Amino acid sequence: MTADRETREQVQVGLFVTCLVDLFRPTVGFASVKLLEDAGCQVHVPKAQTCCGQPAWNSGDRKSTKGIAERVIAAFEPFDYVVAPSGSCAGMLSHHYRELFDRDEQWRERANRFADKVHELTSFLTDVLGVEAVAAKVRGTATYHDSCAGLRELGVREQPRKLLAGVKGLKLKEMKDAHVCCGFGGTFAVKYSDISNAIVTEKADNIDNAKARMLLAGDLGCLMNMAGKLKRDGSAVEVRHVAEVLAGMVDQPPIGGE
Amino acid sequence: MEIKSPQFKSRASAALENEQLQSALTHVRSNFIDKRAKAARELPEFEALRDAARDIKNHTLEHLDAYLEIFEAKVTEGGGHVHWAQTATDARGIVLDICRRRNVKTVTKGKSMIAEEIGLNEFLEANEITPVETDLGEYIIQLRREPPSHIIAPAVHLTMEQVRDGFREAHTHLPDSRPMDEPENLLREARGVLREKFLGADMGITGANFLVAETGTSIIVTNEGNGDLTQLLPRVHVVIASIEKVLPTLEDMSQIVRVLARSATGQEMSVYTTLSTGPKRPGDPDGPEEFHVILLDNGRSSMLGSEFRDVLRCIRCGACMNHCPVYHAVGGHAYGWVYPGPVGAVLTPSLIGVDQAGHLPNASTFCGRCEAVCPVRIPLPKMMRHWREREFERQLSPAGQRRNLKLWAWFARRPFIYRLATGVASRALAMWGGRRRRIGWLPMADGWTAHRDLPAPQGGTFIARYHRQRRRRRS
Ligand code: SF4
Repeated sequence: MTADRETREQVQVGLFVTCLVDLFRPTVGFASVKLLEDAGCQVHVPKAQTCCGQPAWNSGDRKSTKGIAERVIAAFEPFDYVVAPSGSCAGMLSHHYRELFDRDEQWRERANRFADKVHELTSFLTDVLGVEAVAAKVRGTATYHDSCAGLRELGVREQPRKLLAGVKGLKLKEMKDAHVCCGFGGTFAVKYSDISNAIVTEKADNIDNAKARMLLAGDLGCLMNMAGKLKRDGSAVEVRHVAEVLAGMVDQPPIGGE
Repeated sequence: MEIKSPQFKSRASAALENEQLQSALTHVRSNFIDKRAKAARELPEFEALRDAARDIKNHTLEHLDAYLEIFEAKVTEGGGHVHWAQTATDARGIVLDICRRRNVKTVTKGKSMIAEEIGLNEFLEANEITPVETDLGEYIIQLRREPPSHIIAPAVHLTMEQVRDGFREAHTHLPDSRPMDEPENLLREARGVLREKFLGADMGITGANFLVAETGTSIIVTNEGNGDLTQLLPRVHVVIASIEKVLPTLEDMSQIVRVLARSATGQEMSVYTTLSTGPKRPGDPDGPEEFHVILLDNGRSSMLGSEFRDVLRCIRCGACMNHCPVYHAVGGHAYGWVYPGPVGAVLTPSLIGVDQAGHLPNASTFCGRCEAVCPVRIPLPKMMRHWREREFERQLSPAGQRRNLKLWAWFARRPFIYRLATGVASRALAMWGGRRRRIGWLPMADGWTAHRDLPAPQGGTFIARYHRQRRRRRS
């Protein structure tokens, strides 16, 4: 009986895990679930989720984007909040869905109501739930890269740093130009790979110069780009999603690492 | 100007290999950015001023026809002439007519992007009129017969050594042994050469940063004072400006000037803000005998009612390119036409056609830094995306890309099948990654793997593993 009551009063969170985490790095999903549950949420992972539709949206394919977005909205409607461990996907769901449906009489209301509920993970924990510190213990030094959409669309900057500051044993070392793009840009990295490479080369230099053991960020796309470059160049920096460290789940090999 | 935007990719690759260019570009990466940040920090009302600048521009664009007419009436009242040019060809023709009528042989020019847009220098030369660029950067690239690579720093792609070599080659009347090691030496040399030209010119052509309707004034903002000499000394002064440069009042202008230099160079104000209102009046100590303003449309009026209207707010400060990682990497010439960087990625397809300039709005990571610094808050990434939509609708994007996208979107709309496919993919890729847990080469992703490894999946999708765990826990 008590369990039931508790369930009903708990904040109901739908975890939008993102297609990259789903496919490449389930650990980030498990870390997100743990962080949300530790903060007192009841977490739901709808099986009907695939992708937020960004690849289609940024390629100019409005119709496909709508088709995908309608399913996402429907799948997450039952929850109080929708949380994603990615600034880029959260930005898509909370900002771009509004634009996507702004001339659609039938969906506009629904899309806006949905968009209001969406948050990036670290910002949800601090700004919405008021979490002051997490319980994790991770020894070492880390540098944090601000992914573009999280930073500039959603204002995610202090939130992850505040939470990381509370991780026991962890010391944050800022790199030069942490707020500058890593050159990923979704399909940009493949379509304009030379330019993307020039940008990520500079980023990798800044990461190495920070002399931290770990590189952390809030978006798996950027992390895979930076890890791919660092590993190709033989760097020893361990690359992880910020949620893994905040949840203390660092027993898995780092991204692109053995 | 010859259009080379379709070759963006190969031009970008060449730029990345060009060591001289890369060394020159480091300047943009640090200098401009730090200076703008400092200027923005030091003015508490800077963000509010950006809002005001945006609002002034929006208001003007809503009543553009009315303000242009007021401007024309005021210029005419002051004894000047206004010419309307629908196209680049029209604008060139108007310039030539004035030149012929006044028997013009030499023209001094202040910095003008519109002159670049209509290819004025080549045109004048073809008609046996000598154009002389008087802005130092423009002068340097004119000697090299290159177009500008930046809208406020046209020669930013060059190193000091390249400038020195250019001067040595051009100024053969000067002794070989002259000192040329310091920027000041070069500056003095250019000044000496240009002084002669100012005095001998028959016509001065300038652009305009702003046109003020209430007074019929055209305004240039410069740091060298060359613009003043260009418009004051010759018999005829011709202003060429695009229609969206007009502002209602001097008060509006003075508000926007406060964000312009701060965004561009980090200065509070540029060194010279020069207002010219008509020809010399009786009793004036100096000024031109004739004053002309050519108002160029060249496709802009058709942007007014479109989703690209907001880019007409642009005040050409250059901040978007100064903060763009793609511009930092490849410089301005890669873009292949007059306007580089984020503003070029939006404006160029409007002006020369998206079939020609299709790469430009695609070659962006959408990092959003341009929009974050744009003094008139133009949503540049959003407009680049609008161009991508147009390209997609018109099937201008590569067929292979569109096919892959459709296929992926088909799966993404069918969660059950998607789950099966991603489950297989995650396992296959995990196996491919092997014990190193990364992939050095992958068919179809070779753009990625040419430069970096692809981190391998951990194996099994999150959703499958999560629900399996929950089932196990429940049973
Ligand atoms: S788009 Fe904005 S930032 Fe770029 S040049 Fe124009 S006003 Fe400046």
